[in-house]
Amino acid sequence: MAVSTSAAKRLSRPGQEAVRTRGWLAAHKWLLLRRASQLTILALFLAGPWFGVWLVKGNLTSSLTLGVLPLTDPYALLQSLAAGHWPYKTALIGAAIVLAFYLLLGGRVFCSWVCPVNLITDAAAWSRRRLGLKTGKTPAEATRRWLLGATLVVSAATGSIAWEWVNPVSFFHRSLFFGWGLGWLALAAVFVYDLTVARGWCGHLCPMGAFYSLLGKTALARVTAPQRARCNDCMDCFAVCPEPQVIRPALKGSGSPVILSSDCTTCGRCVDVCGQDVFRFSHRFDQRSAS
Amino acid sequence: MADRPDMPATPDLPRAPRGGAAGTAPAPATPEQGGPASGARRRFLNGIAGAAGSACLMGLGVGLYSRQARALPALALRPPGALAEADFLAACVRCGLCVRDCPYDTLKLAPLGDAAGVGAAGTPYFSARQVPCEMCEDIPCVKACPTGALDHGLTDINQARMGLAALVDHESCLNFLGLRCDVCYRVCPVIDQAITLEKMHNPRSDRHAMLLPTVHSDHCTGCGKCEKSCVLPEAAIKVFPLALAKGKLPEHYRKGWEEKEKAGGSLIGDQLQLPARGVDTPPASPIGGAGLPSAPSHPVVPSAPPGLGGER
Ligand code: SF4
Ligand code: SF4
Ligand code: SF4
Ligand code: SF4
Ligand code: SF4
Repeated sequence: MAVSTSAAKRLSRPGQEAVRTRGWLAAHKWLLLRRASQLTILALFLAGPWFGVWLVKGNLTSSLTLGVLPLTDPYALLQSLAAGHWPYKTALIGAAIVLAFYLLLGGRVFCSWVCPVNLITDAAAWSRRRLGLKTGKTPAEATRRWLLGATLVVSAATGSIAWEWVNPVSFFHRSLFFGWGLGWLALAAVFVYDLTVARGWCGHLCPMGAFYSLLGKTALARVTAPQRARCNDCMDCFAVCPEPQVIRPALKGSGSPVILSSDCTTCGRCVDVCGQDVFRFSHRFDQRSAS
Repeated sequence: MADRPDMPATPDLPRAPRGGAAGTAPAPATPEQGGPASGARRRFLNGIAGAAGSACLMGLGVGLYSRQARALPALALRPPGALAEADFLAACVRCGLCVRDCPYDTLKLAPLGDAAGVGAAGTPYFSARQVPCEMCEDIPCVKACPTGALDHGLTDINQARMGLAALVDHESCLNFLGLRCDVCYRVCPVIDQAITLEKMHNPRSDRHAMLLPTVHSDHCTGCGKCEKSCVLPEAAIKVFPLALAKGKLPEHYRKGWEEKEKAGGSLIGDQLQLPARGVDTPPASPIGGAGLPSAPSHPVVPSAPPGLGGER
């Protein structure tokens, strides 16, 4: 019991060993870069409404950058198609660009480097660890994929873009750029939900995450575990990973050391917190392994 | 060497990897693989059923919610060129690009939980009394829409039908009181077509005219400038979505004067020569006499069919 208590206590602050061996900055490198990416994107959208600098107009669902580059969320457009509307070329091109980008880089890069809700779910995960909260009843991981299918069916049945009625990801951006309303309630709900159910939102429910995960099958940017032989089972990477089930095949398997699961959000937290320097950011063909 | 965490203490972590502390040897089978096949399959199937079940429930919830939210009275005035409401909800991705390109800040995206009954959260709308549409000639809002929720086919802003103005309060409109206000009439961008002043006798003073602001749906764009500028504390003229503002005649109704115009002349021939009272000789019917009963002793109302007062 003593062992487990101390382990639990240590796992409430994963990455301390990494901070000791590599220093605080190096042990938070990818986290800092990621926050910079998320906040930069928010800032680009906010520069217009707040300071009149119109670099990017619109929101995450559809935007126009510098008056030329259209970007559209392919998942929203897919629902629009299901609802029976054939969109204009601008939206189709915008969606094609986004699709190509995430097919190449890895769909769930969206989740960890772009999606604003990640700030909330990360905050909830951090609070859970600190408060030592125990898991509530987790819905099955496949729920999000079924929900993804269900949103398309509902879109077709009701003739409207179904998920946009409730999507907290859109609420976040729309609220921030166009006026709050009750949008913050949806975000508070996600925080409370993730506080009670570990990784409940991104890991089990969000159909947007499920959609982008489908785009991750061919992703080039991957995290790999070339130094997996050095793993001392401290469990820190499992503690921080928003999709911990993706780590084991690469870390503990005998095959490729690359984390190939498309559920991996490529957030790089495992790279940061590993005291043994097991993980690296790399590409999917990097088969180097010290083991 | 590592203090491997005990499962109950950290239940939301995956099971600690089995095997040695170092991963040099191939990791042994995970418990899932090693368990009895039937148990694993049952667990798997249960998982699928649970996931599908909860997803369907949530899908249903979203569907019902969107239906219910749509059933609210849609008081929203949509931007020019907006598709009919049902098609609009299938097309608009709620990006706000139309909002951004409106130079007059007319358009807004409906926030979640908006009490004004403006419909789906995130869709663009405007409130005429606050900021009406200025009817830009180049219609930048329509051009900005990437999806076609605003129809790029609308190139003449005078063809826009964002809604329809109606003079709703005859009791407080100054013109109806016999005064000369006319403000709504004078601000209308489609003056004398969308809105006209109809001259009426003023029975109260019996020596003045009343000039009644009258809206014509075939020209009113629903821009809302009249509602915006009505001088009263609460506008007497208001713009409503077409579905609320317009009545509908039954399909089979024909307006005689329109039919006459189409036919290029009266459909019932020339006006009958009515008999002068007291003259006994009945006139010859111009239609031929067969269609109308001759009633030599009564004046005839020839155009009214039997049953409507023509003949008992
Ligand atoms: S799973 Fe959904 S909410 Fe979470 S980061 Fe991805 S898109 Fe955002
Ligand atoms: S026509 Fe002009 S004023 Fe009217 S909504 Fe469009 S951009 Fe705004
Ligand atoms: S630009 Fe088009 S898709 Fe975007 S909010 Fe306006 S109407 Fe909707
Ligand atoms: S809404 Fe009013 S101002 Fe605008 S076109 Fe119609 S009558 Fe004229
Ligand atoms: S501005 Fe108002 S009060 Fe004046 S005529 Fe028009 S509706 Fe009547």
